[in-house]
Amino acid sequence: MKLLKLVPDDTNIKFLKWRVPFFVVSLLLIAASWALVMTKGLNYGVDFAGGLEVRATFTERAEAPIAELRSDIEGLGYGSPVVQRFGEDNQVSIRVRLPDEVSADKDAAQAAANAVVSELQGNYPDFRLDGNDNVSGKVSGEFREDAVFALILAMLGVALYIWIRFEWQFGVGGLFALFHDVSLALGMFSLFQLEFSLQIIAAILAIIGYSLNDTIVVYDRIRENLKKYRKMPVPELLDLSVNETLARTVMTSLTLLVALIPLLFFGPASLFGLTAAITLGIFVGTYSSIYMAAPLLVWMGVNSDSFIPEETVADKQEKKLRGEV
Amino acid sequence: MLEFPTWKKVMLWGIALLGSLAALPSIFSLTNQPWPESLPNPTVNLGLDLAGGSHILLEAEREQVAAKRLEDMEEAVRNAMRRAEPRIRIGDVSTDNGRLSFLLDDAGDIDRARGEIEGLMAGTGPVREWDLQVVDGQRFVLTQTEAGLDNAVDAAMEGALRTVGIRIDELGTREPTVLRQGDTRIVVQVPGLQDPEQLKALLGKTAQLEFKLVLRGATAEEVERGFVPGGEVLPYADEEVYQGTGVVVQRLGGIDGETLTGAVQTVDQRTNEPVVSITFNPEGGKRFATMTTKYTGRQFAIILDGEVISAPTMIEPIRNGQSQISGSFTFETANELAIQLRSGALPVDLTVVEERTVGPDLGADSIRQGLLAMGVGTLLVMVLMMVTYGRFGIYSTVALVINVLMLLGIMAALGATLTLPGIAGFVLTIGAAVDANVLINERIREERKRGRRVVAAVENGYKEASRAIYDANVTNFIAGVLLFNFGSGPIKGFAVVLVVGLFTSVFTAVPLTRMWVAGWLRKARPSDLNI
Repeated sequence: MKLLKLVPDDTNIKFLKWRVPFFVVSLLLIAASWALVMTKGLNYGVDFAGGLEVRATFTERAEAPIAELRSDIEGLGYGSPVVQRFGEDNQVSIRVRLPDEVSADKDAAQAAANAVVSELQGNYPDFRLDGNDNVSGKVSGEFREDAVFALILAMLGVALYIWIRFEWQFGVGGLFALFHDVSLALGMFSLFQLEFSLQIIAAILAIIGYSLNDTIVVYDRIRENLKKYRKMPVPELLDLSVNETLARTVMTSLTLLVALIPLLFFGPASLFGLTAAITLGIFVGTYSSIYMAAPLLVWMGVNSDSFIPEETVADKQEKKLRGEV
Repeated sequence: MLEFPTWKKVMLWGIALLGSLAALPSIFSLTNQPWPESLPNPTVNLGLDLAGGSHILLEAEREQVAAKRLEDMEEAVRNAMRRAEPRIRIGDVSTDNGRLSFLLDDAGDIDRARGEIEGLMAGTGPVREWDLQVVDGQRFVLTQTEAGLDNAVDAAMEGALRTVGIRIDELGTREPTVLRQGDTRIVVQVPGLQDPEQLKALLGKTAQLEFKLVLRGATAEEVERGFVPGGEVLPYADEEVYQGTGVVVQRLGGIDGETLTGAVQTVDQRTNEPVVSITFNPEGGKRFATMTTKYTGRQFAIILDGEVISAPTMIEPIRNGQSQISGSFTFETANELAIQLRSGALPVDLTVVEERTVGPDLGADSIRQGLLAMGVGTLLVMVLMMVTYGRFGIYSTVALVINVLMLLGIMAALGATLTLPGIAGFVLTIGAAVDANVLINERIREERKRGRRVVAAVENGYKEASRAIYDANVTNFIAGVLLFNFGSGPIKGFAVVLVVGLFTSVFTAVPLTRMWVAGWLRKARPSDLNI
């Protein structure tokens, strides 16, 4: 049987030739992402903004009365809600962000949720409450701090390990690639104003994990080639490494996409944001390994000498590893 | 490479089979199939976001504990000074700015007063709970130390935890979780609950029951000007009765919720209205008898959390230690009150600061759709792997299935919880497992292309690819552990799956497939590889 080959043998794409324009574009994208986050902001869900979210089904209707719902809730005096279809046509998610002067009170989210639910139960006999999240301002503030802290800590911890296993340049390169991925993901969420919740943090973590995986695969090949071809100019060597791992990169990305796309289209509505973010992350993560993580090594002066002192130690470690595996 | 000692084979197969078998009960339960009861059944817990249920986070205020502690101290100081022989006279008592301060009438009492106070300040533990300062030789100032307050908050939270636990048990829901979180919080998780309103109503009430004497003649103004010793104005609980004017009440020593041994919801035989019958403990019953004898014909205010719920007239002394609380109850609210009184008052007020409820229907839908989509995705991955890597793809595919099973099985055995963010972790794990196989297979391809012989190519493929697999997984492991320790709830859910998944994916993708490949190479001795 003839097997599928997604990437022809012996590709020799000059990835690094365009490293300056690509890098500039990447930097601009990062800057644009942060500019978006600063100006347009993130569409925080209740996890991070506080307030309440109610999910409901109108059991007797084909379509939820979204416009009426909006005006019903506006009448309660908590400001204007976000009412969106959620899942089926007759299912909605209603999000109310409490005004600052109200949300200072710890009970506010609870009280507002009770008011919203009883109002809607009164107005629509076929209103079925599927779930609700009420988060007080204090707790949501903690969630924000926690999420930022955990993200930064995880990124630094990982960079430190790469530094120890490879060289400091690789640690910095890897960290920068992660920063790029997280920035672009945030930018995307800001641009399309998708709901940004704790789940999305989990998605960003998955992106970090995936991108890291990719970066390490490329770095590992670079390290191997640095030891093998001591005379080769670094940009050429990086190109070679990226090309050699290209088949694997394409195959892994494709496989993951194939696994994610059904989840994106047929999965539960509650998983959509999460899956969308991870899908985006696969593209961003692959790109950043090639165009952020690798070229940075050139500029930070990685060369074949980088691994001479480490060679013996690394070899010992590998031998030990081989013995275990 | 080809040699796999028998013990190693047995071990690899054993781990794979055991891990996969452990997943079976979970799979049966996820797809709603009956699982034989005689067999062990560790099932993976589904988070409330998937299974439906309520998550409620309650918070107490440290300041409230501090204020109450200061009040108690004030009372204790007054009593001690009164009881001292001869009595120590004090005045100008204040609890402003979080400090208790008072003035001795006679500066000569200072040593005796200090002795009394030091007796009161002694805590139970080794830490100093109060700081005492004497200003101008006559003014005593007592300040709570942070350590003392910490102890008090801790004790209050432990008490609150017990009370909350009892109240939830009374509801009869299955498998509730009640845990302390941080210094001043309690998290309550109740799976499959239909009506969180009832739960919240039950938990949110402090349920401090008090009996006081109603002073019909006194006015609010007189209370304000301090003409009524021990008097205060309280509102009615019932809005319709209340209408803005409070009722003046006076302390009645020593009868409160603490002296109860029982409370049940019953029906008043004359009015047919739901009421709560309460039983005092012997001491409380004696005191209640004394009070009702002394004040027969007067009105008693029954006060719950600072609101008067009813004010019946004591027609005759009550000596049997039993009484009845009436007051515009429905059967539901009467039952709630009975539960709250039985469980005792919360030592500190709790506020719901976070609530998440997922209806059971929505949860079930999510699971069904999620499983279906993941099934389709996995199938597509398998096809892709097989058409790309042939025989090696089949090995990878089988390894992938075992990986998913083992991950589920180990999570079940650990009693871990699978949440929605956990599914993101699942996806990442599957990605990592696939990637490991892709790395190995691509490397074998490459080594063959460079002209290595079959066995050497396979051997090198595994060896060279392992390094990257190892590094990638250790980095993710570091991230996972950090996230687990520093992240909040949902992030933890992700981290658990990630960490367990790293082990299962490396195990299935590397040694397991290697064993299969080695077995095949030894048996078939192929001269070329179709990869």
